[in-house]
Amino acid sequence: MIKYIIAFRDWIDARFPLIEEWNKHAAKYYAPKNFNFWYYFGVLSMVVLVIQLVTGIWLTMNYKPAADLAFASVEYIMRDVEWGWWIRYMHSTGSSAFFIVVYLHMYRALLYGSYKQPRELLWLIGMLIYFTLMGEAFFGYLLPWGQMSFWGAQVIISLFGALPIIGDDLSLWIRGDFVVSDVTLNRFFALHVIALPLVLCGLVVAHILALHEVGSNNPDGIEIKDHKDKNGIPLDGIPFHPYYTVKDTVGVVIFLILFASVVFFWPEMNGYFLEHANFIPADPLKTPEHIAPVWYFTPFYAILRAVPSQLGGVVAMGLATMLFCFLPWLDRSPVKSIRYRGWKYKSALAMFTISFVVLGWLGMQPVTPAFTWMARFFSIIYFLYFMILPCFTSSDADIIIKYYRLFVRGLLGISIIFLAIDLAPNLENINSNDAVAPNLYFIIVLLVLTVGLELSKFYSKDNDKSVPDRVRFP
Amino acid sequence: MAWEKMIMSVDVNRRRFLTTTASVVGGAGAVATSIPFISTLSPSAKTKAIGAPVEVEIGDIQPGELKISQWQGKPVWILRRPQSALDGIRDLDTEVSDPISDREQQPEYAKNEYRSVKPEYLIVIGLCTHLGCSPTYVNQDDGGSHNLGSDWKGGFFCPCHGSKFDMAGRVYKGVPAPTNLVVPPHMYLSETKVLIGDDSGILS
Repeated sequence: MIKYIIAFRDWIDARFPLIEEWNKHAAKYYAPKNFNFWYYFGVLSMVVLVIQLVTGIWLTMNYKPAADLAFASVEYIMRDVEWGWWIRYMHSTGSSAFFIVVYLHMYRALLYGSYKQPRELLWLIGMLIYFTLMGEAFFGYLLPWGQMSFWGAQVIISLFGALPIIGDDLSLWIRGDFVVSDVTLNRFFALHVIALPLVLCGLVVAHILALHEVGSNNPDGIEIKDHKDKNGIPLDGIPFHPYYTVKDTVGVVIFLILFASVVFFWPEMNGYFLEHANFIPADPLKTPEHIAPVWYFTPFYAILRAVPSQLGGVVAMGLATMLFCFLPWLDRSPVKSIRYRGWKYKSALAMFTISFVVLGWLGMQPVTPAFTWMARFFSIIYFLYFMILPCFTSSDADIIIKYYRLFVRGLLGISIIFLAIDLAPNLENINSNDAVAPNLYFIIVLLVLTVGLELSKFYSKDNDKSVPDRVRFP
Repeated sequence: MAWEKMIMSVDVNRRRFLTTTASVVGGAGAVATSIPFISTLSPSAKTKAIGAPVEVEIGDIQPGELKISQWQGKPVWILRRPQSALDGIRDLDTEVSDPISDREQQPEYAKNEYRSVKPEYLIVIGLCTHLGCSPTYVNQDDGGSHNLGSDWKGGFFCPCHGSKFDMAGRVYKGVPAPTNLVVPPHMYLSETKVLIGDDSGILS
């Protein structure tokens, strides 16, 4: 029997690079031997992607992408289709699980400097995956055609309307109608089930190819390719298969246990995974009293709400997502892993983490003056992280930092002058008892950022520890 | 060998010219092909037709009451303002950001003290000018229930991002919404009937 199987394999191998590719990406792909817990989330993202693709295909078999049928068809899936509720809860839980594992996967990169040279492009492809995922989640959220679907889409599309000149025409073009309607639902369905999944799968392949070109980083942030044996095999590397395939299987099993518990026992997660207002059909005449995006968008939503200006809020929110793309160049430190970084990077990352989580919480809360001011405070911390990161991670020999300071200082200065000129004629109209006029608010924020930048000059280089030659194990 | 001879005799300039022109023509074709794909996403003829004007009966609205109808799929509010609310509008001039309706958020005939044709009836599109949520009508007595304070003069509060508008649809200062609520084109067909979406006959 085994003879025939081998013969079959050889028949294929003569016509397709089966063994070659298997060796390249699994059996002879050497990964660092010291991966820890944080290294599960890449493979878990793949698992969730497969769950979403499969349950998504099954959902489309009963879902109807029309404004007068969509809500009822989802209820039909939930009540009348055999196991329909399970398929739907797998998909809705899967969307939240996707963002949980992707956020942890990204945070791993922040901890161990995985975005740094030579993995910049790997990080950028990952950011493209993240943006595509955000689009995918946004388009998919309209499909159940509940109140939150409708008004969430209305708000997000209106963000484009805030752009000067082209804004109104652009949002009309995106909706294909004067308001979010059947037309919008139909096209979002097409984008959600065909366009973006294709893009997503393509990007995932590119992400893995880029990873296998440069090799994995690890918790020590040491390049294992720097120390090879005489056969050219990294001394601190082990073949991905069978070592990590087996290790990952354990992680996947534990993940699936947690995932199944949510699907079976807490599918709505008390309104965090499936929002309560979305169990009411879309009503274009009435916005729900309290609307908030699903939890994975709330940090950015809080930043949007914190800025007392329409265009300013949209720009700040866009910037908050885009800034991650610049991390490989903003972080100038030669040290990758947080294990060997000094207290400055550690405390900056801690502040950033806290601000991200608090903003995420604030984005779910109703609008009150106290929450708005909290969101403003933490938004500044958020942006400050990216802005001063180059200042304390660079060495004295790093000349780029001088130009960077000059550039940011100029940018802040020009913005302040511009805002001041814009504000000057209206100075007497600023209402002292009401909230601050937007321009004045921006000037204060920019001044705070400037002070942060100027203070960072007095930072000496972060007192990084010396990085060992070889990885620590375990 | 023959192929070596061929390579030796290649006219590089000729090749470059042909490659460039082929790229330019092909690129122009690709750009032209994108036009139908982009245009398909614009509102269709049917969608535009649904935006036709609507007639609304206003005789049954009580003072202080808000009637919601629909035009172009958008909510249209018709608020019958009591005399007390009309009297109070001027008092808020310093608290709203565009008190005299300078910015073109209304037709010429509604650019006045009350932002309406008839002072009693405010007719506006019920979508916040910030990000398009539909604000909630909060009358003077209910200010406390929406954290608007006890000196709330009545108006509209947007639950999404906290924008506030007064009884003339004017936006308060210091809120995310940049402009006053939009007054749609409209005209009165009779004492109790108004046509939303068409004002031909008024415009001179």
